[in-house]
Amino acid sequence: MSAVTRTQLLPGVFLTSVHTKKFKSSVLSMTLLAPLAEGDAAANALIPYLLRRGSERHPDLQALSAALDQLYGGSIEPMVRKKGEAQCVGFTGSFLDDAYTLDGSGVLDEAAGLMGELLLRPYTRDGAFSPDYTRQEKANLIDRIRAEVNEKRSYAANRVVEAMCASEPYGVNRLGREADVEALTPQSLWERYQQLLAHARLELYYCGSAELNRVCFILQKALAGLPREGGYTLPACTVIPAAQTPRRVEETMDVAQGKLTMGFRTGGITAASPEYPALMLCNALFGGTTTSKLFLNVREKLSLCYYASSMLHKYKGLMVVSSGVEFANVGKAEAEIRAQLEACRKGQFETWEVEGARRYTVSSLLTLPDSQGRQEDYWLGQAVAGLTEGPEEVARALEQVTAEQAVAAAKSLNLDTVYFLKGTEA
Amino acid sequence: MEEKQYTRVGEKLFHTVLDNGLHVYVDPKPGFQKSYAFFATNYGGMDMRFRLDGRWLDTPAGVAHFLEHKTFDTEDGNALQDLAANGASPNAFTSTALTGYYFESTEKFEENLKILLSFVSIPYYTQESVDKEQGIIGQEIRMGDDEPDTQVFYGMLEGLYAHSPIQVNIAGTVESIAQITADTLNLCHRAFYDPGNMVLCVAGDVDPVRVAAIAEEVLPKAGHPPVERDYGEAEGTQAAKPRWEKEMAVSTPIFQLGFKDTPPKKGEDWLRWELIGNLACEALLGTSTPLYAKLYNEGLVNEGFAYGCEAYPGAAFLCAGGESRDPEAVRAAVLAEAERIRNQGVDDALFQRLKKAAYGNLVRGLNSFENICVNQAMSHFAGFAYLSFPEVFDRITKADVEECLCRAVTEKRTTLAVIRPKGGAQ
Repeated sequence: MSAVTRTQLLPGVFLTSVHTKKFKSSVLSMTLLAPLAEGDAAANALIPYLLRRGSERHPDLQALSAALDQLYGGSIEPMVRKKGEAQCVGFTGSFLDDAYTLDGSGVLDEAAGLMGELLLRPYTRDGAFSPDYTRQEKANLIDRIRAEVNEKRSYAANRVVEAMCASEPYGVNRLGREADVEALTPQSLWERYQQLLAHARLELYYCGSAELNRVCFILQKALAGLPREGGYTLPACTVIPAAQTPRRVEETMDVAQGKLTMGFRTGGITAASPEYPALMLCNALFGGTTTSKLFLNVREKLSLCYYASSMLHKYKGLMVVSSGVEFANVGKAEAEIRAQLEACRKGQFETWEVEGARRYTVSSLLTLPDSQGRQEDYWLGQAVAGLTEGPEEVARALEQVTAEQAVAAAKSLNLDTVYFLKGTEA
Repeated sequence: MEEKQYTRVGEKLFHTVLDNGLHVYVDPKPGFQKSYAFFATNYGGMDMRFRLDGRWLDTPAGVAHFLEHKTFDTEDGNALQDLAANGASPNAFTSTALTGYYFESTEKFEENLKILLSFVSIPYYTQESVDKEQGIIGQEIRMGDDEPDTQVFYGMLEGLYAHSPIQVNIAGTVESIAQITADTLNLCHRAFYDPGNMVLCVAGDVDPVRVAAIAEEVLPKAGHPPVERDYGEAEGTQAAKPRWEKEMAVSTPIFQLGFKDTPPKKGEDWLRWELIGNLACEALLGTSTPLYAKLYNEGLVNEGFAYGCEAYPGAAFLCAGGESRDPEAVRAAVLAEAERIRNQGVDDALFQRLKKAAYGNLVRGLNSFENICVNQAMSHFAGFAYLSFPEVFDRITKADVEECLCRAVTEKRTTLAVIRPKGGAQ
């Protein structure tokens, strides 16, 4: 139905292309990969936002928006993502598929051209980025970093990871540190940008109705002039199998509800391990679904919270449990979360729990190709990790996992850090 | 079943109405793995006062939402778990005027559909489970108390409306939900979960005739006449309060500007109002307008700035909001731009571009099954055919958009709601 192909277009430039006619839109992304490092993170994170401000031909936001309006309201969004220990920066675009334009004109060619232009030919002043744009985007990035605290649920989930991986690249915030953003200049950013263009691996993704040959041709044209000077490699993601002595981190804020997050190491199991499907099943069983032990016990049985769930950081080998609880109930919630994990380790679950977890996980993998956005993110992660398995293959492996293997995965989980966000009056 | 082709957007829709009054819509989607079913009642947070069996009843804030949580309970257990055990991803939400239950699945679609129709239509509320749910929903409300976006939106509604129930928090308060009993839930279920007050929308690679046959088989054979509702006396045209403020633990001020408009009539008028309202926002402060460029360059808004329009029985408004260091300056600039448009009109080239972009975005939205089904349900309750938007859209003129802006965006119809950072945050 849809075919996924991987092609090298230029040195260090790879295209993952999904050919399908089932969507009304096409999705295109261009992503530069850099090792996640404290010193570069802020500059790397700022660059796509700066590039998105204007190009030689479209020097300001209004001109760019007008060009996108003409492409039937296409979008080109700056993206800064963390995949394993790589910082992935670039653009993701979504455009009306050529089949649905009012006059039958093609959108893809121009859309790719516009994205390539943003990546390669920015609006400049005196041979570097515009000082005005730099100043404004620095302020925006600082706001963005500060705003992470506004969403307490995701904030608490990030904080536990930062705390447990404080001395690993994975602990680096994908947006960088505020102080490092302050220190950036149009010139320093320009130099960093030149290095990325010359040496960073570039991952391209396309999903839509165009044939592979045409996509390759269009993208090669859009990327004409990309300097390629060698490098392109990423260090492997460091995986620490066993936790240190469990640590506790507490933070106080003026909030109505407490947030408890617990970070576990997976015993070295990552998306690349043969045990990974078993870990996925174990996670779903423990806290990944509405039939999970955490949902049924911490929420439904004890009414301690509205949400209690677990999720994997599959390339790094972590599992994070998140929960929102009344301050006074945090001890009870933590004890129950630990007890439920213990139950998984002892194999104390019914067949319907295992099968429910399996059906849920298989289904979420099989529906992945129904969403262009989810697919793009999945394949970027796989490309960074050097993996080629598609969601259907992972689903097939999941069908074969036994309850004993899920128990073994549960036994390999070990608690590293507990984080609690409490209120000022607690 | 009646079959309707919407060739311009490449969709077709099957429709029928059952003897019990239920409308069934099916959008066949060959090539997709997943199927999606959405079963909704025309009943939401604002429907607190109504007449049943000749008696006017006042129910506490938060009943519709509470009912949504408890409706998953069945005599044999919990439908959420039954669906999940079949690999379906079920969930539900309650909005101001609608409660919807849905699932997405890749296998056993018919079995899952039967479960969905059955648990929603058969009430099973016990006092014990109602008491237990108070704790869970209490935590959901507390979580909302810490979400600035939620708080500022309700703040804006409180500013715009003197008494319309749309300003009441859908989840209610810890105090209001304490008044809810199993009897309250049974009463509201009887009033609003009647097939004649509901709609079933399905998208996926499914047989439309089977969908209708299953609905016929599972649901009650007859319904009752619609329940009369009372939303209080009609609202005036002006905003009740020009400003609303609150302090929270946030990094930068978060604001929402609201512009009170005259509610549209049911039918195609409603669709026209929505399409015009969205274009009016785009023309006034959308990303390709001079105003947006100015606000962005001055650091008064960032990329999180978002806008739109919403209509409910007796209430309609345009709104725009995000983070800003100076929300008052944004308010002043928006009102000044509206004044300029009142005198000079919307730029013709801008309008043509915006229309093209808005069209593309509407078509791209049809990628999402959820979007199709939820919009189909809402449009059914509002009395129009959602997929007919291209034809209605064609007939919208620049004058329509200007008229909307002149009418709604005036000082007297405006409310500015702001969440300010509390001392001690960050």
